[in-house]
Amino acid sequence: MQWGLNWFICTLRSSIGKKLIMALTGLGFCIFLIAHLAGNLTICAGEDAFNSYSERLHALGPLVILTEIGLLFFAVTHVFIGAYLFYENFRARPEKYLIKKNAGGRTIGSVTMPYTGLFILLFIVLHLVDFHFVEKTDQTIYQIVLETFSNPGYAFFYIVSMIIVAIHVSHGFWSAFQTLGVSNSGYMSLFRVMGIVISLAVGFGFGLLPIYISFIS
Amino acid sequence: MTKAGNKSCINLKLKVWRQKGPDVKGRFETYKARDVSTNMSFLEMLDVVNEEMILSGKDPIAFDHDCREGICGACGTMVNGRAHGPEKGTTLCQLHMRHFSNGDTVIIEPWRSRAFKVVKDLVLDRSVFDKIIQAGGYISVNTGGAPDGNAIPVPQESAEKAMDAAACIGCGACVAACPNASAMLFVGAKVSQFTLLPQGLPEAKKRALAMIGKMDELGFGNCTNETECEKECPKEISIENIARMNREFLKAGLS
Repeated sequence: MQWGLNWFICTLRSSIGKKLIMALTGLGFCIFLIAHLAGNLTICAGEDAFNSYSERLHALGPLVILTEIGLLFFAVTHVFIGAYLFYENFRARPEKYLIKKNAGGRTIGSVTMPYTGLFILLFIVLHLVDFHFVEKTDQTIYQIVLETFSNPGYAFFYIVSMIIVAIHVSHGFWSAFQTLGVSNSGYMSLFRVMGIVISLAVGFGFGLLPIYISFIS
Repeated sequence: MTKAGNKSCINLKLKVWRQKGPDVKGRFETYKARDVSTNMSFLEMLDVVNEEMILSGKDPIAFDHDCREGICGACGTMVNGRAHGPEKGTTLCQLHMRHFSNGDTVIIEPWRSRAFKVVKDLVLDRSVFDKIIQAGGYISVNTGGAPDGNAIPVPQESAEKAMDAAACIGCGACVAACPNASAMLFVGAKVSQFTLLPQGLPEAKKRALAMIGKMDELGFGNCTNETECEKECPKEISIENIARMNREFLKAGLS
C-alpha cells in the first residue's frame, strides 16, 4: 500500500484506521449515553423538572441541531464501517472449524457485538419515532413518556433493549481505548472496570426508568 | 513399552482433517490410537499412529513439526477446538497425552484462515508471516566492526518488554484462535520488539505502516479485541503489544 500524501485515505482503508473510527464514534456514543441518562434522570425530580429540562434543552436551538447532525453522522459511520468489518472478518475464515472453543478471552459483550449493534440500530429507529418525531403540540414530553411506558409490552421491550445496550457498551468502551492505543498493562484493567461500570450505569439507569415511572412516581 | 490396561496407557479415537493437496477438498477421517503412553507428547502420539498407517500401506497424516521443544513455531493444530490444545502457554509438541483420558475422541484440525493455505492434511503454508516480516520486520544497519554492546543505553523495562514481544515464534496460533482470523498479535509483537529499542526507532514509522499495510493486503481479519489470541499464544504474548502497534500506527500517521 502506498502511503505518503494520501495518508487520510490509506488510514480509512487500513484495518487499524477503520477500527480507530469505530473507537472514536463509539466513544462519542458513550458520552451521548451519559448525557442522555443524566437528562432522563431529571424525571426522578418530578414532572415539572423533566418538562423544564426538555424545554431548556430544546431552547438551545442550533446547538441541538448541530449535535443531532453530528450524532447522525457518527451513527451512519459506525454502522457502515462496522458492517464492512463484520463482512471482512467473516471472509477471513472461509473454512470454518468443526469445533471451536472459547479460550477464556471472549465475553458475552465481545461475542455478540455485531448482533447487539444491529439490534440497537433498530431500537434507535423505533425510539426516535416514539419520542423524537412524535406529535408534541397537545401533550408534554412527560405525558408522552408516561403513556408509552404504560404499555407493559413496550416497557418490557425497552428494558430488554437497555440490557442489550449495556452488553454492547461492556465490550465497546474498553475496546475503544485498546484500539486507540491508550491501553497498556497499567491502564488496561482500569478501562475494563470503567467499561463495566458505565455499562451497568446505562443498563440500570435507563432500564429502571419505565419501572420507576409506572410504579413509583 | 507398556500395554493397554496399564494406567499409563490410553486408547483414543482421532478425528483428523485429511486433505491431499492445496486445491483438493478435504474431509475428516477417524482413526484409532491404541496403547498411547501418557508420557508421550501429542506429536509422538501422531508418530505412533503414522507408523501403524505406514505399515498397513496407508498414507500417513502429514503435520508440521521441527524442534519438538516449543521454540521453533513449526507445529500447531487445533485440538478439540483449542489452538495447540487445552494447556496454557504450550505448543502442540509440549502437550502431553496425560491431559487426555482413555476413550476420548480428539478432533485435530489445521489452523483455519484465508491467509494460511493447507499444503497437505495438517501442514500449512504460513509464508504470509514471512511476507509481513519482509515488509518491515527488520532494522537496517551498516556492516563493519561490531559496535560495543553497551554503547547504546537501553532501560531495563524496555529490554524486558522487547524480549517478551520477541518471544513470538510465529506459529500462527493467534490467527487460528482469533474469531476473525486476525494477525494483529503477531504483527503487534513484531512491531513492538523493534520499537521498544533504540535501534528500532529510526525506521519505526516506515515499519509500522509497511507491516500493517502488508497484513491487510494478505487477507487477515480485523481485530475486535476478543483477546483469544493472548489466551492461546504459547509464548503468552500480551495484547498490550496490539495497543502499542495501534499507537505506532497513529504516531506514524500524525508525525
